[in-house]
Amino acid sequence: MIVFDNVAHDYGGGPLFSGATLTLEAGSFHFLTGPSGSGKSTFLKLCYGELLPSSGQVGILSQDVRRMSRDDLARARQRIGVVHQDCQFLDHLTVTQNVALPLSVTDKPVSDQNLSDLLAWVGLGTQAQSYPPTLSGGERQRTALARAVITSPEVLLADEPTGNLDWEMSQRLMSLMVELNRMGTAVLIATHDLNLIRYVKSQVSARVLRLSRGRVQAAGADL
Amino acid sequence: MSVGHVRSMIVPPRGPGVWLVSLSAAAMAFLAVFALALSVSSARLAQSWAQALAQTATVRVAAPPEEMAEQSALVLEVLRTTPGIEAARELSAAEQAALLEVWLGPDLPLDTLPLPRLIEVTETVVGPDRQGLRLRLAAEAPGAVYDDHTRWRAPLVDASMRMQMLANLSLVLIAGVVAAIVTLAASAALASNAQVIRVLRLVGAQDRFIARAFVRRMTGRAAVGAVLGTVAGLVAVLSLPSGGTASPVLADLGFDGASWALPLVLPLVMTALAWVATSATAFRVLRGVT
Repeated sequence: MIVFDNVAHDYGGGPLFSGATLTLEAGSFHFLTGPSGSGKSTFLKLCYGELLPSSGQVGILSQDVRRMSRDDLARARQRIGVVHQDCQFLDHLTVTQNVALPLSVTDKPVSDQNLSDLLAWVGLGTQAQSYPPTLSGGERQRTALARAVITSPEVLLADEPTGNLDWEMSQRLMSLMVELNRMGTAVLIATHDLNLIRYVKSQVSARVLRLSRGRVQAAGADL
Repeated sequence: MSVGHVRSMIVPPRGPGVWLVSLSAAAMAFLAVFALALSVSSARLAQSWAQALAQTATVRVAAPPEEMAEQSALVLEVLRTTPGIEAARELSAAEQAALLEVWLGPDLPLDTLPLPRLIEVTETVVGPDRQGLRLRLAAEAPGAVYDDHTRWRAPLVDASMRMQMLANLSLVLIAGVVAAIVTLAASAALASNAQVIRVLRLVGAQDRFIARAFVRRMTGRAAVGAVLGTVAGLVAVLSLPSGGTASPVLADLGFDGASWALPLVLPLVMTALAWVATSATAFRVLRGVT
């Protein structure tokens, strides 16, 4: 699905990280941890081609990101669900319309029932007709997650997806991701929350990667 | 909820450029109706002046009062026997007075003035040998002058053709201004909707999907403005005062017959221009956004 081969990235002030080698296979579940500023968000952005690596190779869905045309990249993103830390929406559309957006882009049919079920599942049943600016931080994250999974993506990338949620809702969303993972979706979640990692590891086999001092290391044994 | 329903709402209905595009398209369509009317009218005037005067001529007979009748009769006889002359008749005193009334007023005693006699000539399509005719008149009626109107007909036709050219140039300039305004408005709309573009990119929208959303919005606004401007322009043209015989140019400014269909093309042309300008702008801007 996603392959990093000796990848380094820097924003011009020295490498943020280097030598990152990783393969996200179909059905795999990975956590990415590390201190703030270690490059977790950058790592995720490299996974869906928003950033290009400074060196090394990134393969997205069997294509070298450097050789992908703009349309190739867009098509790849249709198969990747992304939940950003700063969830962005079309503020003039309702929650339901925002969640349905990936289907509009890919011209897939929208089932009102499926939309309602999904929104109810993430606890937004009563907010379906609300507009994003009126939502709380947690509601925005749940909306972003619903939007990311509406197309049943092959890869799900999430950056602190439960940062603004209570423990009960966090578990619920993690269960949804675990469910997707069991259906074959590769999941990569950047998080600080060790309890969350333990919760998921109790349900599926998940690998934990630690991004620290510019290197990516396996850290499963620490948990 | 359908996919198309969401797709049609992707670009916010409000934002910079909303009124700019509609208002500009309306104003430009309004002006374009007048430019088009001027172009059509000029062409019609040029044609009518050329046709109306092409087969007419005037013979001016200047002679002492006691010889005037004889000279006039000689001229009429020469004209009657000249090939290429269809008809010739002497203007009556009343007709001559009517011609001069515009300049000298109705009360002037014209019969006391030594005015030349005027003979109205209608030529055949082929027309006479004008050089030969002038020589004959000079020999038989030395005070007669044959005037085929060429001297002032050509500048009139030339002037109307230049008017038509200027009107057409105005239409081209109006089209250029519409394209420029729509381009600016589209750039502003794209810049102010950076978040919309980011979100669409995140969910896998291709450039043509995003461009289409913006093109649809801008083109719709331009179309509405162009239709309103065209209707207003047509109403204005219809309400122009009729100049009648006193002002033939004003009386002719406007459309007639099939030419009324021409202004209806303006909204289509402006919409097409907006489509091209927005598409080009959207693809150019999107190429710079990852």
